[in-house]
Amino acid sequence: MSTATPPPVSDQVADEAADVHTDTPKGRRRHKSAAGNAARAVTSPWASAVAIIMAIAWTTPTFGLLVTSFRNQKDIQETGWWQALGSSFTLDNYSQVLSGAQGQPPLTDFIVNSFVIAIPSVFLPLLLASLAAYAFAWIDFPFRNALFVAVFALQIVPLQIALLPLVTMYQQIGIGGTYWSLWLSHSAFALPLAVFLLHNFMKEIPPSLLEAARVDGAGHVRIFFQVLLPLITPALASFGIFQFLWVWNDLLVAITMLGGNAGEGSNAPLTMVLNNISGTLGNRWYLMSAAAFVSIAFPVIVFLSLQRYFVRGLLAGGTKG
Amino acid sequence: MFATSVLTATAGGTASRIGTMFLGLVVFGAVFIGILLIASLFKGRVGEKVQAVAFVGPTVFFIAIALIYPAILTVRRAFYSGKFFDLNFGTPRTRGKYVGFENFQKLWTTPGLPDVFRNTAFWVVLVPLLATGLGLLYAILIDRARGEAAAKALIFLPMAISMVGATLIWKFVYFYNGAPGATQTGLLNAIITKLGMDPVDFIGNPPGNTFALIAIMVWIQAGFAMTVLSAAIKAIPDDIIEAAKLDGVKGMQMFRFVTLPSIRSSVIVVLTTIAIATLKAFDIVQASSGGKFGDSILANEFYNRSFVTQEPGLGAAIAIVIFLLVSPIIVFNVIQLRKDA
Repeated sequence: MSTATPPPVSDQVADEAADVHTDTPKGRRRHKSAAGNAARAVTSPWASAVAIIMAIAWTTPTFGLLVTSFRNQKDIQETGWWQALGSSFTLDNYSQVLSGAQGQPPLTDFIVNSFVIAIPSVFLPLLLASLAAYAFAWIDFPFRNALFVAVFALQIVPLQIALLPLVTMYQQIGIGGTYWSLWLSHSAFALPLAVFLLHNFMKEIPPSLLEAARVDGAGHVRIFFQVLLPLITPALASFGIFQFLWVWNDLLVAITMLGGNAGEGSNAPLTMVLNNISGTLGNRWYLMSAAAFVSIAFPVIVFLSLQRYFVRGLLAGGTKG
Repeated sequence: MFATSVLTATAGGTASRIGTMFLGLVVFGAVFIGILLIASLFKGRVGEKVQAVAFVGPTVFFIAIALIYPAILTVRRAFYSGKFFDLNFGTPRTRGKYVGFENFQKLWTTPGLPDVFRNTAFWVVLVPLLATGLGLLYAILIDRARGEAAAKALIFLPMAISMVGATLIWKFVYFYNGAPGATQTGLLNAIITKLGMDPVDFIGNPPGNTFALIAIMVWIQAGFAMTVLSAAIKAIPDDIIEAAKLDGVKGMQMFRFVTLPSIRSSVIVVLTTIAIATLKAFDIVQASSGGKFGDSILANEFYNRSFVTQEPGLGAAIAIVIFLLVSPIIVFNVIQLRKDA
């Protein structure tokens, strides 16, 4: 989930791709076009074979670790997961990592941390960026375009170049290593992209709608709340999901801001603990596999249930690094 | 244990953590409502200006403080020595001094760093090409096939998984049991030994381990390439395809002369986007071994030099190199898009 920013794809394209994932009968009919038939004619019997091989290759690693996470410690050490059929399965590994085993702090604390870090880190950039995007799209003020380009261009600044000074700055104002330092960092890194994305969506709203509201005597604040916010909810959702997954899956910002401390009682998110476990638990796959799936579960649930918004955001340029 | 509890004095039980979260949400919400209240106080022509400032100001201010200012500090830091990022920190002996371009010279004089550049080059060339190639292949193969949505989700799912999680998943695939004659429980080594060959330590042996890690990044990014390119393929107008068919174009020719030119700009966007992501990706190497087996790349070395070996000047120089490598790709991307528009 760490990709940089592709420029926006046209909205029609975004819609089409999003439709594919909803798989409505209507969506499917729309895509019965010549391009596909032609493409399929290229390779038919081989096409299916290669596609199936790829799908298997892409799924097997995850599936293997998932199976492993339900196997007994002894079985894992003696046989491969592909020989698991017939042997017994267990939830022990999960209960062990969740309650803390082998000198590892219980994962439940870090699940809480991951949520505590992620939710405000989604909330703050959404609030600030929706305001800024509105002004860039619909209020006329000096240097508007130059400022917008400047904000947009800041997407090219890699995290790495701002990280170390930020750590020092947070320490100076007394929030070093706290959730606040993480919320503010994630928000700052997200803002250029958020402003850009939301601006694009807001620009698409017909000006006549806003004109009508203005004629009725509504000020910008009222227009923002009553006209725009309801219309850009899908865009807010797209960005929100992106930012949630990005923050949830982040390792670099967390490990830097928290000084690598992922011990018991720390503010560390799951990714940091997982990174530590990867070094300290070595070959104890019965614990590592379960811990990995605890951390993977939430983003996968978010992804599967909100795939439509996710794909839409992606095609509108919603990835970052 | 005592040290950790002091360092993290802010964290408490679950209840207090969640309490902190709500405090944060309330503060952020209050800022938002405050901005709107101030903005709504003003009316008319002057009001519009005030509202613009109130709406844009916080974002611009925030970005200036938390992105631009730190970036400038990092550039400055790259010209100083010392063990701490803060130049005023430490004893007179450990305090940073102006050293000119010494940190940049260290980029190629420090043992190990030339390898890091070589590895990074492998990453930034191979990952975009392989991920885009495989993503495009898959997008074409399953286009309008039955169960397309499900088939896509399978490839796309790694995008939702953290790079740390993905690395763990693959470490298990690569798992190597060094004991002679031991059963290999890692999938790849099990296959290799079945074929009668000796098991391989995929993660521990340079330079091969770099390619093992590159495979993980390809595994993650192919889904992104597949999604964007699949959308681009679907956006090719039907009449173009029909016209080509009437002209007797088929098979590979169709792909080569019709499909590929039509999605050219999307392919470039995908290639460059993945290249940028690859340059910045630190998690895979970090979670695999921390880069200690000769498989480090720039993004990981930035972290190691800044925090592990305490050479923040060198770390800053590496951050600048990453920035310098990333920006031309992005500029190219934007120019490319302008051309197509």
